[in-house]
Amino acid sequence: MRKQVRLTIDDRQITAPAGTLIVNAAKQIGIDIPVFCYHPKMEPVGMCRMCLVEVGRPIIDRNTGQPVLEDGQPKIQFGPKLETACTTPVSEGMVVRGMSEKAKAGQNEIVEFLLTSHPLDCPICDKGGECPLQNLTMEHGPGKSRFLYDEKFHLEKRVPLGDLIFLDRERCIQCARCIRFQDEIAGEPVIGFYNRGRATDIVTYTDPGFDSVFSGNTTDICPVGALTTSDFRFGARTWELKSTASVCGQCPVGCNIVFNTRREAKADGRIVIKRVMPRQNEQVNEIWLCDKGRFAYHYTENGARLSRPLVKKNGKLEASSWDEAAAIAGGKLRSADGEVVVLASGRLSNEDLFNLKSLADGLGGKALLYTQMGGGDLTARFGVGAGTNFGEMGAGTTILVAASDLYNEAPVWHLRVKGAAKRGATVIVANGRETKLDAFAKYVVRYAYGDEVETINGLQQKEKIGEAITSAENLVVLFGSDGLGLNGTSNLAAACAELVQGRAGKPNNGLIGVWPKANDQGAWEIGFRPTDDLSSELKGKTVYVVAADPAGDDPQLAAALKEAKFVIAQELFQTATADLADVVLPAQAYTERDGSFTSGERRAQRFYAAVPAFGESQADYAITALVADAAGVELADSAGQVFENLVVTVEAFAGLTYEILAETAEQWPVVGRGDMYYGGTTYENTRGLGAHLVGWGERGETASRPRVQEETELRPKEGQWLAVPVTKLYDQGLTVRSSKLLESHIGAATVTLHPEAAKRLGAGAGELVEISLNGTTAQVSVLLDETVSASVALLPRGMGLPISGPVVAGLKKV
Amino acid sequence: MAHIILRHRDIPELNTLPVYQRNGGFAAFKKAVTGMKPEEVTAVVKNSGLRGRGGAGFPTGMKWGFMDNNNWPHYVVANADESEPGTFKDREIMEGNPFQFLEGVAIASYAVGANAAYVYLRGEFWQVAAFLDQKIEEMEQAGFLGDKLFGTDYSLRIYTHLGAGAYICGEETALLESIEGKRGQPRLRPPFPPSFGLYGKPTVVNNVETLTNVPLILENDADWYKSLGTADSAGVKVFSLSGRVKKPGNYELPFGTTFRELIYTHGGGIIDDRPVKGIMAAGASSSIIVADEKALDTPMDYASVRTLGGDLGSASVIVLDDTIGIDWVVNKTIHFFKHESCGKCTPCREGNYWMQHLTERIHSGQGDASDVELLNSVARQMQGKCLCALGEFATMAVVTGIERFPEDFSVKTRV
Ligand SMILES: Cc1cc2nc3c(=O)[nH]c(=O)nc-3n(C[C@H](O)[C@H](O)[C@H](O)COP(=O)(O)O)c2cc1C
Ligand code: SF4
Ligand code: SF4
Ligand code: SF4
Ligand code: FES
Repeated sequence: MRKQVRLTIDDRQITAPAGTLIVNAAKQIGIDIPVFCYHPKMEPVGMCRMCLVEVGRPIIDRNTGQPVLEDGQPKIQFGPKLETACTTPVSEGMVVRGMSEKAKAGQNEIVEFLLTSHPLDCPICDKGGECPLQNLTMEHGPGKSRFLYDEKFHLEKRVPLGDLIFLDRERCIQCARCIRFQDEIAGEPVIGFYNRGRATDIVTYTDPGFDSVFSGNTTDICPVGALTTSDFRFGARTWELKSTASVCGQCPVGCNIVFNTRREAKADGRIVIKRVMPRQNEQVNEIWLCDKGRFAYHYTENGARLSRPLVKKNGKLEASSWDEAAAIAGGKLRSADGEVVVLASGRLSNEDLFNLKSLADGLGGKALLYTQMGGGDLTARFGVGAGTNFGEMGAGTTILVAASDLYNEAPVWHLRVKGAAKRGATVIVANGRETKLDAFAKYVVRYAYGDEVETINGLQQKEKIGEAITSAENLVVLFGSDGLGLNGTSNLAAACAELVQGRAGKPNNGLIGVWPKANDQGAWEIGFRPTDDLSSELKGKTVYVVAADPAGDDPQLAAALKEAKFVIAQELFQTATADLADVVLPAQAYTERDGSFTSGERRAQRFYAAVPAFGESQADYAITALVADAAGVELADSAGQVFENLVVTVEAFAGLTYEILAETAEQWPVVGRGDMYYGGTTYENTRGLGAHLVGWGERGETASRPRVQEETELRPKEGQWLAVPVTKLYDQGLTVRSSKLLESHIGAATVTLHPEAAKRLGAGAGELVEISLNGTTAQVSVLLDETVSASVALLPRGMGLPISGPVVAGLKKV
Repeated sequence: MAHIILRHRDIPELNTLPVYQRNGGFAAFKKAVTGMKPEEVTAVVKNSGLRGRGGAGFPTGMKWGFMDNNNWPHYVVANADESEPGTFKDREIMEGNPFQFLEGVAIASYAVGANAAYVYLRGEFWQVAAFLDQKIEEMEQAGFLGDKLFGTDYSLRIYTHLGAGAYICGEETALLESIEGKRGQPRLRPPFPPSFGLYGKPTVVNNVETLTNVPLILENDADWYKSLGTADSAGVKVFSLSGRVKKPGNYELPFGTTFRELIYTHGGGIIDDRPVKGIMAAGASSSIIVADEKALDTPMDYASVRTLGGDLGSASVIVLDDTIGIDWVVNKTIHFFKHESCGKCTPCREGNYWMQHLTERIHSGQGDASDVELLNSVARQMQGKCLCALGEFATMAVVTGIERFPEDFSVKTRV
């Protein structure tokens, strides 16, 4: 531990570790020194000069090395100049005066300087009401301007830096927080300063502009209304907004968020979501979000949502009542004689999945997880221990990222792993192509797609990498599904589990699945399992499909569903699967109800209803209870009750309660209180940090050694290609494509080839080729990537082509 | 007296290698590398009393001694940014006496254990850079630069690097950022370059003129150098004289020479023999000294100039006569600083912009007394709050101009 020093700030005596910056030492005892450029997540730069304070230090006698005393007290010498509290470290005996007349005058003068160029258009500014400059102007600003209004600098007020972020040049106070965030934290320096002096201006370096999936965060930390999102720009006044705590449902990171809502005339007086804001959870997302999480909530308010139950009559789906629909569905399930398949996805909450699993069990049917990624049985056993926190990982920790493009699959983990690397953690990336994380990795292992398991098995034999893995104090292994399907990921998970098995249960050690859905981990824990032959499982069965669209994803599955005995679809939208269904049950979006998700780090986190339900839709767990009732199975129909049943049934959840999930603790840095200037507009966490599930190790059980199955090799013949699936953050998935805002980020279907390979095909970048696989043919445009091997074709998932795993494909130029 | 820095004025073609060598060139460097320990070289420079000629007058040997020996590699950077209005000595040195300057760079590099040195020149000096590149190549061919010099294990290479037209890149940390390819903006200090410099490594930054002194100090020893100049400011200085004098130019004189001698004996007096009104001793960054008899008889060394409420800085003496309105001077300098403020910190970025509106208004006769008061207040409000010295420099002429030449402001203003 660092040496502690004693000092006095505004007449209060404190101890702080040597090296702590004055501004943070003050913050720790609740004293807010005004800042603009300083942000507790970034290196201090001392640019804005807002944090000026008087600093005195004890006079040291040169001969004795002891402080000179005066009336028994050390004599303090104050410097002639004010000092910046954000760059000055505390030292023994220091006396800081942040409220003295001299300090206040200095702070007031800086505000006056800033206001000479600031438009002060608070009445039309999105930041108004939560603006550090507005607040500090109220506190420090002059009542009257000494600067002639006519001499104000006028600048462009609507500059799109990208399609998601707008810059108001007049409002920018050149604090560089946005630039430094992109550089230091996101690792994507895509914006910067241009020109100098008063002409200093923010510009984007990329085309398309502001090309980063973390761009929205800059609007939270911008201390003025210079950066706004195209989502919220002129959307509402901040003081009209209500906030509801929630958890992002887009990926397994489980970022803590707040839905800001208000009743809106434009929406016929309904309460609507106006924006998504980060909610601090230092162990999960700190104070950051990715843009998908921030902007892809609009699907919940899409008018095309299912609003009433539908029942097939005379071959046509017709509106029905809940009683009728549930009676029909329940009756069919009961009479199916155990020939029942419940097919659900990790988009659902723990509560929904638990009720579905209970129903399947009660009927003697199967609970199948709709996914192409396996290994959840292993993460349930060898998952990271309670107390795991990427934010604390640094030197001594090794993080292996295997077959995962974290930037696209789980953006905030990318950011957190990158942060750990910066603090000295050894990051190893093993993948079949280059990913954005490579730049921050100590070791990059490149394999040919298909050699994943072999590669992971061989890591320990490598000299330096082996050493980094075996002798690491902490070892975290993240595995994903880059280039892999269900079998491949299951085998990869087994290989990865071997690396961590002796460490399971320890904090900052263990296995993490980079799942395609937010709650896949929960689904595995609750007992859902995928199958590698879904078609056969569906045929002839009574199928209850929830939050999944197999028919829309794959023509073969559509055919299988047609051969099912009876199909019940529970969904938000009228999907292709719902089209085939005999009964369609409208579900609420998770923004409309309570529940919980289990993150990839096995952290259960609550979310709360933010807006009223759409139409007659009901919560998934409640619908299931209704249907189950008709099927003769008794289930709870409130989220709280379902959770209580869950924790007594599923051992991993043992001991948890909603109250425990809602507990909070003091977090550092302190954000979201009255002083917006310190942390930004991120919300303080008052509704729960969540809690880790219990691991096998902690339950005293010993886990058997995972076994790797032999896989049949796929070797494309001459003239054929090995097509492998990869994940694209913005895909055509249900939740993304309904957000107008993200349309341009989705783009059209593509295939990525090695430049040489593309040349052999005679196709250049951007040109169309025809691809045939799994019985489908489609035209896709070519992207080039030098890091993939020559006979491989990368196909993004969820872009309209049925690709569940590696498959041999044909390609030709059109 | 023979020149020490501007030796090319005494020796024709000193900027060619054979002439330079015939006149003792590179003997000092050879002596250092082959016969002295690095710390012995530093000790000689320390004892000579040599102070930095870039403006701050920091003792050079002491700076070299600050280099962090637990962090390698080390670098030496010669500051050839020479952007201060009124300063034009480094250019003459580099063009007229390039080898002595480069030898100084080489000796400094040896003294601090640097194997690479950079000469950072302002962008407008591209011809000087090309010229130096040629001289550096000649030195490499002659075995004064390169690997294993003089048969020892010591290696050194010198590179030139051009700026892109920013005064602020003369500030040593902005200069280092610029070499690194970043925006030329000052870093927070501390840490200072000798502990955290170029690419985060210990670095000595010295002005061209400072380094050009070094070969002769090593050749003739510290006491010889100390015997020149004053107790406070040892040695000689190249004074860049400009303004309303008959013979502007560079004059190499011992420290302690009076303003009167510089202006009248060397500069030929004032144009049209008018009375001298004010002196800016450190270019645009100066306080304006009231040029009374006492001031004219003040010796030009760091300590004495301070007694006049001024600073010697880089000794770019701009002479103002009674035809010059101080409001004009102030407007000019603020124009310059507003243009050159890097914009990193609030008081300088906003203050200079604000002051420019005020000086413009006052100078054009559109202002009134309250504008002068406001101008003074804004300048004082900037003082002590800026991130680097440029912001302070900008206020000097304003504050001293208004205080010492009030009539120039009241005449201009409407009542
Ligand atoms: C705004 C500003 C501009 C400066 N410009 C120059 C310059 O052009 N040349 C120079 O040698 N030093 C300049 N300096 C001083 C340097 O920061 C530094 O002190 C000097 O290069 C150190 O060398 P010395 O010790 O040999 O004087 C400038 C300083 C400031 C604050
Ligand atoms: S846009 Fe905002 S965050 Fe970026 S420099 Fe300007 S004021 Fe700071
Ligand atoms: S990283 Fe994942 S959980 Fe976090 S905001 Fe993005 S999509 Fe949501
Ligand atoms: S004082 Fe001026 S030049 Fe120096 S850092 Fe601040 S804005 Fe830049
Ligand atoms: S200088 Fe300290 S907050 Fe900006």
